[in-house]
Amino acid sequence: MFENFSLFKRTSELESKIDQFFEKLAEASVIYRLAVRGYLREGASEEFKERLDTVGELETQADSLRRDIEQKLYKNILIPDSRGDVLGLIETADDVLTLFQSSLWALYIEKPTIHDQFSNGFKRLTNMVIKAVDELALSCHAFFRNPHAVPAHNSKVTLYEKEADKISSELKVKIFESKIKLVEKLHLRDFVNGIDGIADHAEDVADRLSIYAIKRLT
Amino acid sequence: MIDPIILLFLSSGLFLGWALGANDAANVFGTAVGTRMVSWRNAAIICSIFVILGAVISGAGTSQTLGKLGAITALPGAFMTALSAGFSVFVMTKSGLPVSTSQAIVGAIIGWNFFSTQATDTSTLAKILSTWIICPLLAAVIAIVILKISKYFGRKMNLSLIRLDAYKRIALIFAGALGAYSLGANNIANVIGVFIPAQPLAELKIGSFSFSSTQQLFLLGGLAIALGVCTYSKKVMLTVGSDLGQLSSTSALVAVISHSIVLFLFASQGLEALLSRYGLPTIPLVPVSSSQAVVGAIVGISILQGITAVKWNVLGKIIVGWIVTPIFAGIVCFIGLFFLQNVFSLSVI
Repeated sequence: MFENFSLFKRTSELESKIDQFFEKLAEASVIYRLAVRGYLREGASEEFKERLDTVGELETQADSLRRDIEQKLYKNILIPDSRGDVLGLIETADDVLTLFQSSLWALYIEKPTIHDQFSNGFKRLTNMVIKAVDELALSCHAFFRNPHAVPAHNSKVTLYEKEADKISSELKVKIFESKIKLVEKLHLRDFVNGIDGIADHAEDVADRLSIYAIKRLT
Repeated sequence: MIDPIILLFLSSGLFLGWALGANDAANVFGTAVGTRMVSWRNAAIICSIFVILGAVISGAGTSQTLGKLGAITALPGAFMTALSAGFSVFVMTKSGLPVSTSQAIVGAIIGWNFFSTQATDTSTLAKILSTWIICPLLAAVIAIVILKISKYFGRKMNLSLIRLDAYKRIALIFAGALGAYSLGANNIANVIGVFIPAQPLAELKIGSFSFSSTQQLFLLGGLAIALGVCTYSKKVMLTVGSDLGQLSSTSALVAVISHSIVLFLFASQGLEALLSRYGLPTIPLVPVSSSQAVVGAIVGISILQGITAVKWNVLGKIIVGWIVTPIFAGIVCFIGLFFLQNVFSLSVI
């Protein structure tokens, strides 16, 4: 009955759009992982290009959802103290998708040669980054429905980010100790930094989220 | 048609009503309008309707109490009493004191009592004075209870942020309507209470309905408050704001609800009758300060949230206001009555 009121209708629409936005983030993270693993296996194949396109589509859809959410928030929904936080969260979370896309584009355009000896390191790094992003998506969901759960999720994001830093440092040491050309070493270092940077950004979003959650709980 | 001379005498009370509507509507709808949840136009319409309803339906209780404090039967005397209360509010506001119309009118009535050498009913006075202290304290306690309950249910219901926000928006409108009703019911006595004993208006008959002088006065007073809401409250809400402006939406909602409940408790004849039927102590029907009820509620919320830094200077100013406002209004009223009687040769007693 209440759903017939326009305010509740608008509220349901907005809830659904926010849920969809974070679903895009989680979906992109799965595809990203598959794309990197595929690249390590067979380079910039057709399948890799398809996955890159899928991440691009997800990023575009998320952008359009973000714009829609922003407009709805500013037009007629949400009291300002919540509005600013939701906008900040959506905008910074959207950057994670952009980072996924740009990392895959870099692999597709620059086609770095990743030798077998580094393959496992890249896999481990990607897995850890994806874990951090997945946990961030859970934390974002929790912020809207159960803010008490946010600190637990955020601790895991921080943990995975630290682990990703450790793996990336080990990988860079291994790269620079290897016998490959210096130019290749520098090239691979940039890719390690690019992938690790996604986890760093996830941690930044989680830090913001912690403040927003504290505000909701007080 | 109202006699223009009577309307002239009523003008001081109607001015008080206008000032009340202009200032106190911010306590009721300030948050909703300030956050653009409700347009000022809609807020003014809702506020005006409920203020008039509150004044006409539930305004009698507090007016009777003021009548017991001093029954001013001469219209020029009632005019000067309301005018001195209005003047005191103006001067105190200029001095930066958190002034209350309720306190000014009480001082002015006592000034009239002194001038007319009529004894002030000390038990009524004591009852009124006690409510000045009880009002903010009660608002603080109610705010703490409501906030605790809302937090408990908030956790149990696990609503999403967006849905919770929608509920808050609707609750703010209902709280605003309740607040406007309570404001009308409680504070109408300040506006026209002193004119009631003089019974200045003839009974009005429309078809089979007849309206007594008191009912017409309540309606006029309610309209004056509504006029204040419609003509000047926008400026107060958007530029001057209220203490609610700096609160989170939940705290602001709790403060508005607590304020509304307190004003209603001090105005409800039905509740008084119910309590006395069961032999329980009744709540005195006294016009109380809307702004001080809000301040009390905010202090309660701050205590619950662990904000221990109580602004002592604000508290001190309120207490100074309790003492200075009625004394000042009483003196102004005494001098004004002297002039009316001796310079304009009007009967003020």
